[in-house]
Amino acid sequence: MTATAVEPPRVEPPRPTRLNVRQRLSRWDVKASPYFYIAPFFIIFALVGLFPLIYTAWMSLHKWRLGASSPEKYVGLENYRTLLHDDLFWNALRNTISIFVISSGTQIVFALLLAVLLNEQIRFRSGFRIALLLPYAMSLVAVGIIFSNLFGDQFGFINTVLGHLGFGPIGWHQDTAASHLAIATMVNWRWTGYNALIFLAAMQAIPNDLYEAARMDGANTWQRFRYVTVPALRPVIIFVVITSTIGGLQIFTEPRMFDSVVGSNSGGAQHQFQTIVLLMVQEGFRNSRLGYAATIAWALFLIIVVFAVLNFLVFRRIASADEERR
Amino acid sequence: MTTLGTTTSRTAPNPPARTVTRASRAPRRRRRGPGWLVYALLTAFLVGSAFPLYWQAIVGSHDTTAVFDSTPPLLPGGNFFSNAARVFDEVEFWKALVNSLIVASVITVSVVFFSTLAGFAFAKLRFRGRDALYLFVIATMAVPTQLGIIPLFILMSEYGWTGKLPAVIVPGMVTALGVFWMRQYLVQALPTELIEAARADGCNMIRVFWHVVLPAARPAAAVLAVFTFVMAWNDFLWPLIVLGPQNPTVQVAIDQLQSSFDTDFALVMTGTTLGTLPLLIVFVIFGRQIVAGIMQGAVKG
Repeated sequence: MTATAVEPPRVEPPRPTRLNVRQRLSRWDVKASPYFYIAPFFIIFALVGLFPLIYTAWMSLHKWRLGASSPEKYVGLENYRTLLHDDLFWNALRNTISIFVISSGTQIVFALLLAVLLNEQIRFRSGFRIALLLPYAMSLVAVGIIFSNLFGDQFGFINTVLGHLGFGPIGWHQDTAASHLAIATMVNWRWTGYNALIFLAAMQAIPNDLYEAARMDGANTWQRFRYVTVPALRPVIIFVVITSTIGGLQIFTEPRMFDSVVGSNSGGAQHQFQTIVLLMVQEGFRNSRLGYAATIAWALFLIIVVFAVLNFLVFRRIASADEERR
Repeated sequence: MTTLGTTTSRTAPNPPARTVTRASRAPRRRRRGPGWLVYALLTAFLVGSAFPLYWQAIVGSHDTTAVFDSTPPLLPGGNFFSNAARVFDEVEFWKALVNSLIVASVITVSVVFFSTLAGFAFAKLRFRGRDALYLFVIATMAVPTQLGIIPLFILMSEYGWTGKLPAVIVPGMVTALGVFWMRQYLVQALPTELIEAARADGCNMIRVFWHVVLPAARPAAAVLAVFTFVMAWNDFLWPLIVLGPQNPTVQVAIDQLQSSFDTDFALVMTGTTLGTLPLLIVFVIFGRQIVAGIMQGAVKG
């Protein structure tokens, strides 16, 4: 850390004036360089991240058609009033949260189970890890199409298998709950292995003495998992929940590719699995209502903030309850 | 086996102090291997993660009617290459592949370079406002920038960039995650003495970066590169909106394929297989590094 505070010591005394210039240059180099090095991040983030997000708020106060470079007129909070009475928006919000809740709950349970399994002294351990991470690296567009096909209402592989087992076909696309389950399965397929590796890394950092102590106290496998592993993993679980909240509320590709009416952003014939970002894209780029789409975006931004804060508060509550118990 | 295990664990408790944890861990692991249940469950997970990918190859290598059979095929058929030829005929798949390769490569090089630069500054240089600025970088990771796509689209139209690759490349040129990742690595992997020595030898800052920091950053940079490439390759929403079908990336082309031939499952699945193949190759080569990267990131984060 002190590296750059140290001036070059190899200063030869005989030629002081020239060296002064060099010294000054060198000092300037040391002082200014860090700012040049971090500048690209800040410039690009300001241009393509922060500015558009703030501008979204301003756009949401206007009537703005797609293709126009300036707003048609200022409408104040009119778009927000429309939003609050827009059944499609509430429907999309319900769908988004439903898919998110179904997926994240099961995902964490499965990822924990998988991490426990991977933490055993198994053969081919790195092979297993790599194979289980494979879905994470696959393209979502392809995955969406594959799952839409697997979950086909009439000729889908899953319904065929269910049929052979004596269960009636399930309307994976038509039925609201079933479609949410199918999309959540798609999300889990992609993320379970990834989260399992994160949990595994955290598990391996737990000191073995804790397990030894628990064993001496007579704790069985489940109790050791419940009272040693899970509490030690809590920060990592919080991290996973928060990141998956931010991602899960913005879900777009999975439901879009799942739609059997291709290229549609309506999330099924009755909008049964239309999510908020799908609605935003539909309003903005299909119905040309950019101002209203901006309103949806900004509303979603606020919802994400609320969720993040809620997450944080809930987990702080749990953490402080733990402290008391100790 | 059991007796042997017990003996070792009995002898274990008195090793030299420094190796206590290692030694106490070793005998427990040697006691017995995991049971069949562990392997059975792991295999179930494995089948679950591999099956959808296998399924696309199955469907892609048959003709379309095969999917509608009452007992669907479970082995590859012989139509893959004729289907693949049709994919290249129907959509601009070559162009899409080249576009995706350009986009993902440029973004990868740019992210790795800028992230290393910024990560180095945050890790090893002292300057006014450093901690506050770094905190800001971390905070931006929680900002859903995807929600800014509407103004971004207008911005790109103003520049005349819609339908052109820079519209996809520029927004991805540096990421907060990359800066965080490189900073975390350089803090512990780059000895401060090395920088001091280079400075003492008369290197200016940029030469220090070039000759000392970049070589030291290589392992973390490689992991970041693989991740960035995969993410850039898979990006969909923004390319879909800003590029359109005339100048698609692979994801947009697959989407287009599905839009035009939605009942021709064999054709569409061949397209998805072709689109995921480059990722599979990347994964086979770098799988180990990707796994290591995620696990290291988890411990640090």
